[in-house]
Amino acid sequence: MVKINEKILECDVLVVGGGIGGLMAAIAAADGGAKVIVAEKSDTRRSGSGTTGNDHFNCYIPGVNTDSLDECLKEFRQSMVGKGNYDVHIQRLFLDRSFEVVQDWHAWGINMQPHGEWEFNGHAFPGRKRCFLKYDGRNQKAVLTNEAKKRGVVIENKCPIRDFIVDDEGKIIGAVGISIKETTPELKIFRAKAVVSCTGNTSRLYPSITPPHLFNTAHCPNCSGNGRAAAYRAGAKLVNLELPNTHAGPRYFERCGKATWIGVLSDPDGKAVGPFVTKPDKELGDITTDIWHGVFNDKFRDGTGPVYMNCTETNPEDMEYMLWGLECEGDTSVLEAMDRQEIDLKKHMVEFGQYNPMLIGRGIEIDASGATNVHGLYCAGDEVGNFRSDMAGAAVMGRIAGESAAAQATAEAFSDVDLENHKTVKDLQALCTALMERENGDSWKELNFAVQQIMNDYAGIIIPRSENLLSTGLTYLTNLEANAADAIGCEDSHELMRAMDAIDLALLGKLIFVTALERKESRGLHRRSDYTFTNPLLDDMMLTIRQEDGEPVLEWRKGQ
Amino acid sequence: MPPIIDKKKCSGCTLCAQICPLDVFGPAVPGQVPAVRYPDECWHCRACVIDCPKGAIEIKYPLSYMMLHRDVRK
Repeated sequence: MVKINEKILECDVLVVGGGIGGLMAAIAAADGGAKVIVAEKSDTRRSGSGTTGNDHFNCYIPGVNTDSLDECLKEFRQSMVGKGNYDVHIQRLFLDRSFEVVQDWHAWGINMQPHGEWEFNGHAFPGRKRCFLKYDGRNQKAVLTNEAKKRGVVIENKCPIRDFIVDDEGKIIGAVGISIKETTPELKIFRAKAVVSCTGNTSRLYPSITPPHLFNTAHCPNCSGNGRAAAYRAGAKLVNLELPNTHAGPRYFERCGKATWIGVLSDPDGKAVGPFVTKPDKELGDITTDIWHGVFNDKFRDGTGPVYMNCTETNPEDMEYMLWGLECEGDTSVLEAMDRQEIDLKKHMVEFGQYNPMLIGRGIEIDASGATNVHGLYCAGDEVGNFRSDMAGAAVMGRIAGESAAAQATAEAFSDVDLENHKTVKDLQALCTALMERENGDSWKELNFAVQQIMNDYAGIIIPRSENLLSTGLTYLTNLEANAADAIGCEDSHELMRAMDAIDLALLGKLIFVTALERKESRGLHRRSDYTFTNPLLDDMMLTIRQEDGEPVLEWRKGQ
Repeated sequence: MPPIIDKKKCSGCTLCAQICPLDVFGPAVPGQVPAVRYPDECWHCRACVIDCPKGAIEIKYPLSYMMLHRDVRK
């Protein structure tokens, strides 16, 4: 029997996931007078998609990048992160509070002015205002961890949270996780008045660009949708799941950072493939990589590809700036890998490709305070479904969610429900015990691969979706989920964590099938062969899914 | 088999095992060279290389992660 740690950890606000969003939420909640614990799957000093750095911080600095918030909002809403089914009132709020976070980060020791001034470059259209601030994010995780600790925040590392615990009225009263500090797993229970879920993107749902490698992903592969799955099980609404999002970058080394490259996306003859730049331009980058991910497959198919990032005409000063930028972004592995392969960017073009979908800006629905429809549950960062702005979005909305959670939690009393014998805890204990005690079980990897192949073939971006394929894929995934429950075996706590990841991925995959069936049109990368048109009546319409009595409930709402 | 620890340089501080975002090392014992228990879960983020106070870690990139490249066609 997998043990439950007898000591229940109590706090006003439990932050689940100590990435950028989680740490900012923790800092804000502590500033708001709350007792705060961060439960982190790995270690907050290095975790999540901001592990080793970041390149740009989307923000509005009055009078610097634009003269008004509306002007900045226009640019944001046409950018890679702002375009799509998102609530404008949250985008506006985010921009309004972005500069205060930029200033705080700079004061805390994250260099937001690496060359002594506010630099806005990359991710940019020619002749337009810009909204992406270049910064040096290399130390961001260590700095934010220190700021949290200074405020008395307790950090529980190596403790992935599995489920949020709700009372009979559906209110949040705590959470339960699995400690992986030792090879033998142990359940940990948290009693909390509010939970801020910040578990990041969902990687590993679709095959990587090198399919045998589950962990070759652009964003952090440890982020596997745990918060989304826990929120759904607790009754929260998820939104925008059916609209695939992809990223692009080097083949075959999946990595973010395309906007840091100063070059021109080119065909094999070195000729530009996009309409925006014909010569390398430090100020602009080549925004073709942001808005036409399909260019790589399109050019493959029509015989004019492959498509390369071509920096052969980048001047030496800009080349140096680009290499520095890739370091700030945390992409030292890309630099090292190129070095080992003797790739000389002055001479060689590097092939780029479109990566498979992942969930970012598809997930938990929040309001302007960061609250979900479940009382006491808040959310921020890549896991939010109706707002997206990646690192900056996590930072600013993390702060807002932390403030809101602290205000609610400090005004309420603790629940006196017996958490140790709560059904959620007991069910998890039974599941973990079954997986740990099963002899000769299948590896969690088999489940993860099986989920990926079904998602790719029946709800992917290459073969158009249809009623037939989606309903078939849903059946296969449901069967797989049932079979896996009786098949997977784990040797240690780490494998148990990964098995839980794979189970959560299967759940999220099912929800993608259910929502994709409901959206009877083609929109963006959600292409349906049975509904090839885009329905104007669904412009700005968002599809949510939540669980009631064990069954999914679909609801449409208008973007706000 | 990433990452690779130079046993002669390693001080056994276990910082790499603590901070690895993917828990590639698993639990480590202070004073001992950490094991790399789950090498195929490496994200190749180089956090361990950057943070190692002894410069004892090197990352090996899988052959299939090759970065495709070419000269401009003349």
